[in-house]
Amino acid sequence: MKTIVAELRDVRRVYQMGATQVAALDGVSCAFGQGEYWSIMGTSGSGKSTLLNILGCLDRATSGSYTVRGREVSTLPDDELSTLRGREIGFIFQSYNLIPQLDVLENVLMPLQYRDDPPPDAEERAMHLLGRVGLSERIHHRPTELSGGQQQRVAIARALVTDPAILLADEATGNLDSKTALEILDLFDELHREGKTILLVTHEPTVGARAERTLRLKDGKVLEVRENRV
Amino acid sequence: MKHGFQAVLRTGVRSLLLHKLRSILTTLGVLFGVASVVAMLAIGEGASEEAQEQIKKLGSQNVILRSVKPPENLASNESTRVSSYGLTDTDLQRVRESFPGVRRAVPVRQLAQEVRYGDRVGNPRVLATVPEYADVTGRPLSEGRFLSTEDERRRLNVCVLGYEVARYLLPFRSAIGEQIKIGAEYFTCVGVLLPRVPLSGDPPAPGSEVTGEVFLPLSTGRLWFGDTQVKIRSGSREMEQVELHEIIAEASAPENVPMLAAASREMLTRRHKQKDYEVVVPLELLLRAEETKRIFNIVLGSIAGISLLVGGIGIMNVMLATVTERTREIGIRRALGAQRRHIVVQFLVETVVLSVGGGLLGIMLGVGIPWFVEYWFGMRTVVTPEAPILAFLISAGIGVIFGLYPAWRAARMDPVEALRHE
Ligand SMILES: Nc1ncnc2c1ncn2[C@@H]1O[C@H](COP(=O)(O)OP(=O)(O)OP(=O)(O)O)[C@@H](O)[C@H]1O
Ligand SMILES: [Mg+2]
Repeated sequence: MKTIVAELRDVRRVYQMGATQVAALDGVSCAFGQGEYWSIMGTSGSGKSTLLNILGCLDRATSGSYTVRGREVSTLPDDELSTLRGREIGFIFQSYNLIPQLDVLENVLMPLQYRDDPPPDAEERAMHLLGRVGLSERIHHRPTELSGGQQQRVAIARALVTDPAILLADEATGNLDSKTALEILDLFDELHREGKTILLVTHEPTVGARAERTLRLKDGKVLEVRENRV
Repeated sequence: MKHGFQAVLRTGVRSLLLHKLRSILTTLGVLFGVASVVAMLAIGEGASEEAQEQIKKLGSQNVILRSVKPPENLASNESTRVSSYGLTDTDLQRVRESFPGVRRAVPVRQLAQEVRYGDRVGNPRVLATVPEYADVTGRPLSEGRFLSTEDERRRLNVCVLGYEVARYLLPFRSAIGEQIKIGAEYFTCVGVLLPRVPLSGDPPAPGSEVTGEVFLPLSTGRLWFGDTQVKIRSGSREMEQVELHEIIAEASAPENVPMLAAASREMLTRRHKQKDYEVVVPLELLLRAEETKRIFNIVLGSIAGISLLVGGIGIMNVMLATVTERTREIGIRRALGAQRRHIVVQFLVETVVLSVGGGLLGIMLGVGIPWFVEYWFGMRTVVTPEAPILAFLISAGIGVIFGLYPAWRAARMDPVEALRHE
């Protein structure tokens, strides 16, 4: 049996909009195992991003429980949530979200800067990852000097530098042309083969189908969980 | 953590350099605030040191009683008359014998006589006094000796020249042993004093191109020049009879000065029918100068405080804008593991770099201004080492105080909201 990396139990996330309440997540339960590759799909407004924010410890559930590697997260204080994000979660965003005043290498090193015990081999690790994503030549470039696909690869290297338990990608290929998007998806496949746990939010069926499993949301509820035949 | 702080400092500086002009303009407030603190402290300190030095030269342990021509006599229209006023030998006697806390009292007569050596003539202050004068007023000798009790007892024709007078009359050689003509008499020069910065209290005699003094024994002065002096003033001859022009009373201890001053004032009011005297207490002047300096410092402090406050608000304003502008960056950093304190430190470092940068430039400007003032206006300025240190600490403090709120705002942001920010 696979170890469970992240598990949600009856999670609700309710936004208070003036007098009315909007339940972005309405009783979601699901478990993600070690080394699994999931896509999270659903129409716009179905709660995909909300789910990913909770999984990434950026946001808290209004009710229900969320555990990462068996540890209950919903009651942790803010500082410990930050530390948890820095150690267990790797974010990959739709708009890359690199920091413009830092160069490529510094961007990749940034998550390690917030550790109390930065690893001594941080720089080698970052260089190695940049080599993997094919950007060894660009380590001292600014993000604005790179193409979208290159920026996203820097972001992937940055997400991997902390060796996180889960990679979370929200529309990671949404801003890229189809050829570049395929390159990024190939990279995900590769990471999956190496045993990384990946959760990929997308609304493109072809993208979603590349994952092992798909979680489909509708109106904040789990509509279906499906194994994809590759 | 050390490595981490270096990284924070590096990114902070780099973020500031991203908007060079804005950063420079932001520091101007603190720059001018700090510069004005340092410069005004230096100018104030210089002025006060100068004042204190001058007052100390009068002798802070002394009380000076002076003869002053009363106003009624001044208004007199008669072409020739003898006005008699001022301190008397009896006054000196009283000060010496019946005053509490007095160690000694020195009489001084000022003679309106011309001083001549060869073809060089001048009108320095000619003072007839006793040997203790040099001691009481603390005038060191450059060569020879001061007046002696022997000179006084035997009414000898000897004189001691102030440095400036000696240089004026005998520019190229020693005055010792030379015959100096004062009025119609010849006096042997026995000593020359060290130079002295001119006092505000004793400007050169009117119409005289030479400053400084010539001293001769009191008894000798009485013998040759008497008590009555003739002054030619705007066509009319005026005769003045003054026994003593000054009595310098030295207190036995600094704490006795106020008592001595009070006794002098009380005695003079009782014994003199008209106000033909004044009492100068250097210690009181010193205290007053200190009080003036204190007030000056308070005023300076408020002005500097206001300008620093304005500078600080300027920095805070810009930092608040920066925080808003970099909302997304804050969200990214938070998502990648930054705790709130990391965000606080990051923005605080930027504000402190701004304010300390402004402070350091301000210190340079603030040290430059006194130098300029001294060079062009000849005013004395003193940059005490504390002033730049104080200014530096103030500017760092401003960075922290005015940086805290923007940094706190940044740290308080919800990471999800921040990431969504465009
Ligand atoms: N901060 C918020 N305040 C109020 N309502 C919110 C907030 N964030 C999300 N919602 C609501 O929650 C629901 C789910 O939003 P979410 O962003 O998770 O959708 P999504 O599936 O990611 O959609 P998309 O595919 O367009 O990105 C929506 O109805 C949205 O209006
Ligand atoms: Mg979304």
